[in-house]
Amino acid sequence: MPNTSSVAAENPMTKLPGDLAMWVIILAELSVFAILFLVFAVQFSLNEELFKQGQALLDTRAGLIITLALLSASYFVAQAVAFFERNQPKYFALFLLAACASALVYVVVKLAEYNHLVEAGFGLSGNKFFTYYFLITGFHLLHVLLGMGILIFVLFKRRHIGLHGLNTAASYWHMVDLVWLVLFPILYLL
Amino acid sequence: MKFESQSVAKPYFIAAIGLFVGQILFGVILGLQYVMGDFLFPEIPFNVARMVHTNLLIVWLLFGFMGSAYYLIPEESETELHSPKLALLLFWVFLVAGALTIVGYLSVPYATLAKITGNDLLPTMGREFLEMPTITKVGVVIVALGFLYNLGMTFLKGRKTVISSVLMLGLIGLAVMFLFSFYNPENLVRDKFYWWWVVHLWVEGVWELIMGALLAFVLIKTTGVDREVIEKWLYLIIAMALITGIIGTGHHYFWIGTPEYWLVLGSVFSALEPVPFFMMTLFAFNMVNKRRRDHPNKVAVLWAMGTGVMAFLGAGVWGFMHTLSPINYVTHGTQLTAAHGHMAFYGAYVMVVLCMISYTMPLMRGRAAANSNLSQVVEMWSFWLMTVSMVFITLFLTAAGIVQSYLQRMGDSPLPFMVVQEKIEIFYWMREVAGLVFLIGLVVYIVSFFVKGEEATV
Repeated sequence: MPNTSSVAAENPMTKLPGDLAMWVIILAELSVFAILFLVFAVQFSLNEELFKQGQALLDTRAGLIITLALLSASYFVAQAVAFFERNQPKYFALFLLAACASALVYVVVKLAEYNHLVEAGFGLSGNKFFTYYFLITGFHLLHVLLGMGILIFVLFKRRHIGLHGLNTAASYWHMVDLVWLVLFPILYLL
Repeated sequence: MKFESQSVAKPYFIAAIGLFVGQILFGVILGLQYVMGDFLFPEIPFNVARMVHTNLLIVWLLFGFMGSAYYLIPEESETELHSPKLALLLFWVFLVAGALTIVGYLSVPYATLAKITGNDLLPTMGREFLEMPTITKVGVVIVALGFLYNLGMTFLKGRKTVISSVLMLGLIGLAVMFLFSFYNPENLVRDKFYWWWVVHLWVEGVWELIMGALLAFVLIKTTGVDREVIEKWLYLIIAMALITGIIGTGHHYFWIGTPEYWLVLGSVFSALEPVPFFMMTLFAFNMVNKRRRDHPNKVAVLWAMGTGVMAFLGAGVWGFMHTLSPINYVTHGTQLTAAHGHMAFYGAYVMVVLCMISYTMPLMRGRAAANSNLSQVVEMWSFWLMTVSMVFITLFLTAAGIVQSYLQRMGDSPLPFMVVQEKIEIFYWMREVAGLVFLIGLVVYIVSFFVKGEEATV
């Protein structure tokens, strides 16, 4: 089998990018979100009327803006990694900043959404639907903030951490993005 | 032993074992009082015996952690301890304060103790596990500050490793969380809310960091596996412990009057609390399998592997059993909690301290690496006696807890508490027998220190 090793090297899926430790964390994080979604689904089926009323009060446009912001951020992070590999530090920094800016759009829209809901009287203890809505989205918001922190850390420490570290950070960011892509339809649309 | 000053750990360990014996004696008395309510009454009433049993556990584990830290930090930092004299002084302060407190529990009624120790000035007494008088609590804070100062100075002047950093973080967290024992609001919900910040964030938070660091230290020493590998495991374990454990506090907030969302938060996060413990099991076994050398101290390795398994079973599996709010609704505060508490404390914290003692004591007593083969065999007997009897204590209490939950809280005609207690008497008798075997195991453990013979080599 003379070609196996070169094929394996070319196929990006044969090796996890970044540190294995991060992938363990990602697995754990995804498990938490999976359990939260599961609990949400069970409660949805038990209180269908209430949950549908709650969903009707959510602003789908805000959800859509957030989705676009996070997808853009992920694109920018991927580009930043590519520029880092090609040794173009200026573009690397630029794209990483763009990613943070996109993430900031998410944060601002999310907080505005929270503010709107709380003013309308649907806080964390408003009703069962909103308890889950705030817990799950709030937990995700914390992850976005942590992800932004990691990206900024990477920006400042780029000389120390190298491509391996950058890939580790990028993997975390993509996980945060991925979770939202599942969260958005489950909470807002279905 | 690399540094002379590490030997200050010795009195701490001896005191720890002494108090451990006290804890088990009171445990045996307590177990009998479950079935013979007036045993030793009025000299040692049930509530006092229970208080002594749980408080001694906490105090001797603290002695064990302190001794372990005094041994570990200088070795990891590659420097002598900042002040061995301070360490010895604090040892006596802590021991005398602890002994006086226990004497106080046993000699005067609790209310009188509260009065003569000036509890009125700053009321902190009367809450489960934090029963000690306010002045004892102040004493603990002083000892903790001196202890952290001493170790902190040692840590700062020497080499900083992941293990020593994690241990320091855990010890600082332990001291900080203890401060919440001084906060005693009138509102019972708030009281319980912050009470758990001491109780839960100790055993399911910062103590896990201490445990991880101690286990990693012994594994590095006995297996010769690369430090980098062990440190990466340690990072992951503590990350998981904190991710799951901090919000996992919510599993205590189900029924105390906090908002409903704690049902979800507590269930979800604490459902994942077994993960770091399972990682510890994998960690211990993987490192031993990958070992680069066979260390002559085989019994220390046995304790390390035992910790991995028993902590996962006791804290992880037995905790998960009743952590989901719909299940906890019927099992809350039953003997299932006692079953979990026994195996979790033994598997995680008792065993890790005994593991440290097992590894360090021979070195502090002048051996090159380990005790004699005979001494190790005797200690291994004590390992199995205590561990197997603890498994049985846990199983009997679990059976009692399941029957209790069913009879008292489920079905069409639930029975009153005391009626149910009579019906589950048989399990209490069996638990008492297992408890006596545990006591025998502990005696064998102490005997192992006095068994002589030629030092074991590989």
